[in-house]
Amino acid sequence: MPGITREEVAHLARLARLELKAEELDHFAGQLDDIIGAVAAVADVADEDVPPTSHPLPLTNVMRPDEVRPSLTPEQALSGAPAQEQQRFKVPQILGEE
Amino acid sequence: MSDLTRLTAAETATGIASGAFSAVEVTEAHLARIEAVDEKVHAFLHVDREGALAAARAVDAKRERGERLGPLAGVPLALKDIFTTEGMPTTAGSKILEGWVPPYDATVTRRLREADVVILGKTNMDEFAMGSSTENSAYGPTGNPWDLTRIPGGSGGGSSASLASFQAPLAIGTDTGGSIRQPAAVTGTVGVKPTYGGVSRYGMVAFSSSLDQAGPCARTVLDAALLHSVIAGHDPMDSTSVDQPVPDVVAAAREGDVRGMRVGVVKEFRGEGYQSGVMQRFDESVALLRELGAEVVEVSCPSFTKALAAYYLIAPSECSSNLARFDAMRYGMRIGDDGTRSAEDVTAITREAGFGDEVKRRVMLGTYALSSGYYDAYYGSAQKVRTLITRDFARAFESVDVLVSPTTPTTAFPIGERADDPMAMYLADLCTIPSNLAGNAAMSLPSGLSPEDGLPVGLQIIAPAMADDRLYRVGAAVEAALQARWGHPLIEEAPSL
Repeated sequence: MPGITREEVAHLARLARLELKAEELDHFAGQLDDIIGAVAAVADVADEDVPPTSHPLPLTNVMRPDEVRPSLTPEQALSGAPAQEQQRFKVPQILGEE
Repeated sequence: MSDLTRLTAAETATGIASGAFSAVEVTEAHLARIEAVDEKVHAFLHVDREGALAAARAVDAKRERGERLGPLAGVPLALKDIFTTEGMPTTAGSKILEGWVPPYDATVTRRLREADVVILGKTNMDEFAMGSSTENSAYGPTGNPWDLTRIPGGSGGGSSASLASFQAPLAIGTDTGGSIRQPAAVTGTVGVKPTYGGVSRYGMVAFSSSLDQAGPCARTVLDAALLHSVIAGHDPMDSTSVDQPVPDVVAAAREGDVRGMRVGVVKEFRGEGYQSGVMQRFDESVALLRELGAEVVEVSCPSFTKALAAYYLIAPSECSSNLARFDAMRYGMRIGDDGTRSAEDVTAITREAGFGDEVKRRVMLGTYALSSGYYDAYYGSAQKVRTLITRDFARAFESVDVLVSPTTPTTAFPIGERADDPMAMYLADLCTIPSNLAGNAAMSLPSGLSPEDGLPVGLQIIAPAMADDRLYRVGAAVEAALQARWGHPLIEEAPSL
């Protein structure tokens, strides 16, 4: 199993939308390396012919009746919004300038 | 009136129903106790004095009108700060949710209110329930009432500490890898992780959705059963909620009889890393079960040795996905939005500032385990281990009714000791994790004090899925026999603070 480098931590942080500080990269690299080294023990079963379990209950497509019910008002739904305008969530720009 | 805080929930409800004292008197006594000791313990993140008194007054009014009261009407409760509460802050122990007031109640919250349980406030926890010590809370640690320099367990350390310091007779926790049972064990209280799907997850801030389970915390087995029956049951708002009748846990707790039952001792839960005093109390509990008429056999669950590794791939993988919702757009913290930055940059800056170290570690670990190239080796293998663990349990339950083990390998460790050593911290959940992976039911109850440090030790009982009543049947029998031996409940030996 590969070791975790500072560069890999920076890559993971980008994927996970975490703007880590430079000193955090070194700190987490050592810790993540330790943890991944320990959890790699699961790979012993990689070749075994065992079906994977993703969930304790064998459920698929649980539906409830499609009925009109009371729901949050726009005011309630927006009550925690960091910014809002015209009954909508106001967010920073999503697309680039061009 | 301060002795009202020493009563069990069952005694409190009976006293209110009979008019021996009022619900308002009970609530005032607990609010006074919180005022007196919580500066030292720090079990609560938010105390809802007005809301609690209003709920108590409503119970007293109902009684005056001659209305029938529910089995926990007027009993105060401490709610883990992971459940949404309309009009009351909910932080999940994270800075990123500081000041957030949810616009709706979780199903657990709603059921408590409908049962006239008095919600005193919200309790401290490891951020997003990730931790075994409550040190990962963004709002500071909680002390263990048995020794304030030690951890009260985690993630539900606020709930367990509130019980052990008599600030509330009931509390609610959530258990993803042991976050109800481990805090119960190290504080000398009772905690139950019901069968997966037994209690609705609607309105419970998600950590690892295939493992997360809400459950009752109390000072006695009967009190836990009464609370279990209030919060459990099918909920159409949670697609993973089990649509089957709730086992009669209250009747099982009142019976408390192990005669003729077969009890399995898990061979793998012993050895290096287990404190000798913990094993001493455990071996005594096993001997006691024999004396009480149970047949005890040793069982082997070889895959359990890989449970911790599988858990620390599955839980981080699910959390890396679940926590993507904290994007600084719709609720919670937003920083860095100066008009020049993109939404993506604002999200990354906010998450960096809003999440603590353990949350960042797990989000990155999960991102790693799910990334292409590593998926099969890590997440895929962990899912296979999950199958093997489920099979080990199934094989064991073919020959025994319940399994027993110590709840935790050690007693409460000092605050700070494992704070920056994630692997050492993870070992606290060695015995509790297999039940989360398999989705069965498990309880921790006090089994005595460890001789080397005088701190509480927990006995874990594990039952098959949807056989939660067996936990209470066995737990109540052990509790009664131990209390007869000690001459009082173990919690009476906790310092008065």
